Amino acid sequence: MKKIHYWLRAACLWLLATVVLMPLVMTFAASLMQKSELLEHIGSVMTGGSGMANAPLLPRLTTLVQYVSLLMDTPKFLDMFWNLMGMVLPIVAGQVVIGTLAAWGFARYRFPFRNGLFLLYIALMMLPFQVTLVPNFLVLDRLGLMDTPWAVILPGIFSTFAVFLLRQFLIAIPESLIEAARIDGAGELRIFFSIGLALGHPGIASLCILSFLDYWNLIEQPMTFISSQDKWPLSLYLTRIGESNLEVAMAASVIALIAPLLMFFYFESYLVKGIQMSGMKE
Amino acid sequence: MFAVSTGKAKQKQALYGVGFILPSLLGCLVFVLVPFASAIYRSFTNNLTGSFEGFRYYQEIFRNPSFLLACQNTIRFIAWCVPILITLSLLLAMLLFKPIIGRNMLRAAFLLPMAIPVASVALLWQVLFHANGIINGILQSFGFSGIDWMRSDAAIFCLVLSYVWKNLGYTMVMFLAALSNIAPSLYEAADVDGASSFARLHYITLPSLRPMLFTVTVLSLLNSFKAYREAYLVAGKYPHNSIYLIQHTLNNWFATLDMEKLSAAAVVTALVILALVMLLNRAWSTSTNE
Repeated sequence: MKKIHYWLRAACLWLLATVVLMPLVMTFAASLMQKSELLEHIGSVMTGGSGMANAPLLPRLTTLVQYVSLLMDTPKFLDMFWNLMGMVLPIVAGQVVIGTLAAWGFARYRFPFRNGLFLLYIALMMLPFQVTLVPNFLVLDRLGLMDTPWAVILPGIFSTFAVFLLRQFLIAIPESLIEAARIDGAGELRIFFSIGLALGHPGIASLCILSFLDYWNLIEQPMTFISSQDKWPLSLYLTRIGESNLEVAMAASVIALIAPLLMFFYFESYLVKGIQMSGMKE
Repeated sequence: MFAVSTGKAKQKQALYGVGFILPSLLGCLVFVLVPFASAIYRSFTNNLTGSFEGFRYYQEIFRNPSFLLACQNTIRFIAWCVPILITLSLLLAMLLFKPIIGRNMLRAAFLLPMAIPVASVALLWQVLFHANGIINGILQSFGFSGIDWMRSDAAIFCLVLSYVWKNLGYTMVMFLAALSNIAPSLYEAADVDGASSFARLHYITLPSLRPMLFTVTVLSLLNSFKAYREAYLVAGKYPHNSIYLIQHTLNNWFATLDMEKLSAAAVVTALVILALVMLLNRAWSTSTNE
């Protein structure tokens, strides 16, 4: 009886996991198909023909032609890739610096209005981009940053999500450690560096991976603040190649997937830790 | 105030605390809070003539049918997707909590959708939910007739599905962590008392999860606002009426430079979110008033 229970549970979970992964499998399979074969599968959607689409799951003949044409004949594509990196990396680095400092302040010191200010930070973290669109636009315009990558980077650096997440990690450091350091005569900055940073680094790693995955999807910010197409990040460009060139779009999807996928598997333990901590009650 | 009453040490603490927060606070002031004050001002004045208009633009947006539709849809979307996500991920966490074959692989599989770029997702969604798409193809082979998902009232469920698919693993991992923090002795005691599995759920599991509901709900809401990207990428600026969200309205007003209405709507939305955060905090959280 117990055994049946176990295998039933396993079957449910694996079935659901397969369904969840199906979109990923289809993208990979589609990206390896020849154009004619891809059209057999989903041509009815893309070109408006008759008949029904069916899931592209296993290519009959694999080809890398679309990858080659994407990487060799479309120099724009690589530029966009680096444009995106040039936004995501500074944002993540900035969030780490600014966020760690602020999270340490919230987690370790008492000052007037601390709790109220932190609630405000949580509210700021939740505001959809469109709500802060006007404020952002006003200040970026005033600073002359419109149509530069900084219009995306600077507001991103001050994301309060970073503060929220890191605070969860830093607040878990036992107070006794800090008291002991104070008794030994360590200054507050010294305590921050040798205890906060030293014990908080899993939090920083978690922030890096979570932020990277999130900002890899930059769409609304560059779409609104960057008008020159040559400065666009890959994430935005991807949305435009869809209809015109299907097989290339699938290959582009896969290439855009590789960076976050590598990050995902390489830093999976930190990702999981970060998510676990974000829900924790101290 | 407490700094004065208990002397220098506390005052020093407060100074260091503010000092650490200062860079972040300045950034928030410069990029959000101060310009937001300016947006509030704009929501009360005619931006061309500079004349004070009182609540005129607020009255206008609440008489604007597309804004009202968008509010209604956004609330409906959240009311569907957040409870569904939380229930499903809790269920999944409970299934995955006990030892199972390939546990870590399963966890990774459920988390993986959060790494998939939204543009790829949108492309795929088009292929899945199109009138001649894959889902309808499957339905047809079973003898059902399909519908044009994204251009019908079912569009909102496509959005809910996409949201749940993307966030299931994230929320599940939060619940898994919380489940592992429940002392096994509680369950052992329940077993001794002969408690049913429903009683165990009702008296032990759910109450133990309660303290984390605040963050889970806040993060689920935050992610629900991000579903706009999928809606926009799949269906454009003017999607089917059932998935025309507040973000669509705001974006379209920005495009037509309707700054007064845009500011008024942004202020209203921000106030609702702020109120919601305070309400949730009051209801579920004890941490911030330790």
